[in-house]
Amino acid sequence: MKTAGKISLLILLAISLISLLAPFLTGYNPDRIDLDSLREPPGFDHLLGTDNKGRDIFSRILYGGRISMSIALTAATVSMAIGLFIGLISGYFGGKTDTVLMSLVDLVLSFPTLLLAIGISILLPPGIYTVMIAIVAVGWASFARLIRGYILSLKESTFVEAAKALGCSHKRILLVHLLPQCIPLLLVMMGMRIGGYIITEASLSFLGLGAQPPTATWGSMINANRAYITTAPWTVFSPGFMIALTALSFNILGDSLQEKYGVKIKG
Amino acid sequence: MKTYLIRKLLLLLPLLFGITLLTFTLTKALPGDPVLSLVGERAQPEVIERIRQEIGDDRNIFDQYFGYVKLLLQGEFGRSYYTNRKVFDDLLLKCPNTLKLAAGAMLIAIPFGLVFGFISAYKKDTFIDNLVTTVSVAGLSIPVFWSGLLIMLFVSLRLKLFPPSGTGDIRFLVLPAITLSLPAIAALARVTRTTLLEIFDMHFVTTAKAKGLSEFRINAVHIMKNALIPVITIIGLDFGSYLNGAVLTETIFGWDGMGRFIMEGIIKRDYPVIMGCVIVGTLIFVVINMLVDIAYHYLDPRVRLHEDSR
Repeated sequence: MKTAGKISLLILLAISLISLLAPFLTGYNPDRIDLDSLREPPGFDHLLGTDNKGRDIFSRILYGGRISMSIALTAATVSMAIGLFIGLISGYFGGKTDTVLMSLVDLVLSFPTLLLAIGISILLPPGIYTVMIAIVAVGWASFARLIRGYILSLKESTFVEAAKALGCSHKRILLVHLLPQCIPLLLVMMGMRIGGYIITEASLSFLGLGAQPPTATWGSMINANRAYITTAPWTVFSPGFMIALTALSFNILGDSLQEKYGVKIKG
Repeated sequence: MKTYLIRKLLLLLPLLFGITLLTFTLTKALPGDPVLSLVGERAQPEVIERIRQEIGDDRNIFDQYFGYVKLLLQGEFGRSYYTNRKVFDDLLLKCPNTLKLAAGAMLIAIPFGLVFGFISAYKKDTFIDNLVTTVSVAGLSIPVFWSGLLIMLFVSLRLKLFPPSGTGDIRFLVLPAITLSLPAIAALARVTRTTLLEIFDMHFVTTAKAKGLSEFRINAVHIMKNALIPVITIIGLDFGSYLNGAVLTETIFGWDGMGRFIMEGIIKRDYPVIMGCVIVGTLIFVVINMLVDIAYHYLDPRVRLHEDSR
């Protein structure tokens, strides 16, 4: 599993790098419509062919990668931050605070993600931020529950007792003593969740709730071209492949991080 | 047990409150007259009058909200902007189709998921185990709207084995059900594997071995009995998550269920349709999850004790 983890990390770095360097790697404007070259198969001119509006698929994939990656990473970071904060407070202080916060977590986790996201995205105008908000609205809860459980088990340990005996404030115990302990767990959880966020982002874009046309995202590319799957399968194949490859790499990375740090996260 | 049930049921209230508040806000936020947007422009005057009385602007916002909930309880979900049909009637027609699709996917997912999980656990760290583990990670990573299109392309457009899209008899159901079952098979195989591996290390298995029980008896009675509870739970919980996948799968295969209904609503910005689907979909999801949760607590005495002592 160790090599698999390393390979997937390399693949992810490569995907991020080519997305960032997109302007240097392709001469085509991803949004430029060219009605003279509709649905051209892959070749020298267009590495991955062109889509239903004659746009270069390779450059759309590179620019689409920026959106997918940044949404997934930002959503994961924000979910983690909120979840960490709520989890620390809930686990450390316990009592009523804990009951209220954990009921909230239960509440959020019992919503079906995609339906909630659809609900949110009709309330807000569709776009990149709406997708992020939709993912975070559900995502923070699983982080909070995880951290809360961990803090509960740490709270009774001797080093916390010692810190209390030395007269450390709650704030200091939480930030200096407990928070660093959570880092491996957070890393593993991030690794395991981002793959799912990539898929959620792609699904929402596929449904037309993500970044709006002409901006390219992997999910919307599949939706726009799915009518041509028999005559021009390459228009659908490559964006889907990128979604699957990215999600797979994150999932494998998550699995091997889990093995490396010896933590077990269910679900 | 009782406290647990009550706690779960209490959780249902804020959940329903949240979702109706969301859709209520939406009705108010939409441009134009909220009453007309709820019933449609061509509604009968007496219906408009009744709804205006329930959520009309002349009442305060709380009364309006309660009036809205009252309308929902009466099955008044509004009318589609486009077809002018009652959303509730359409949902009644489409809901069974989605459930059929979910049940079909489940029938495929359970045997395959279990068998792969079992093989993988009993052959731990062999080539087969690695293969199953890798394939199941892949299964979780491939979006259904892509695998669905590929399956449609190869199986139905190239090989012409099944019709590519439409609603009808079982031939139309096969491909979307297979598509929807793929991530479920992967998830089930993973959970089955982990559960079995945990059980293999437990003391009661060692005890059974020490007692000299036959390998078959240990596996069939001691291990199975304990493995099935968490596995059944996952199967139940997954049923709820099929709803997520159904939105995408039905769109791809033109299966006339709630998923395609909501997708059409999104494209046409047909808000009553979207809201109706979100409310009913969430309700189904929550109720199924709750039933599974309760069944789990009923089946597994350890969980029950743990919950009670909390």
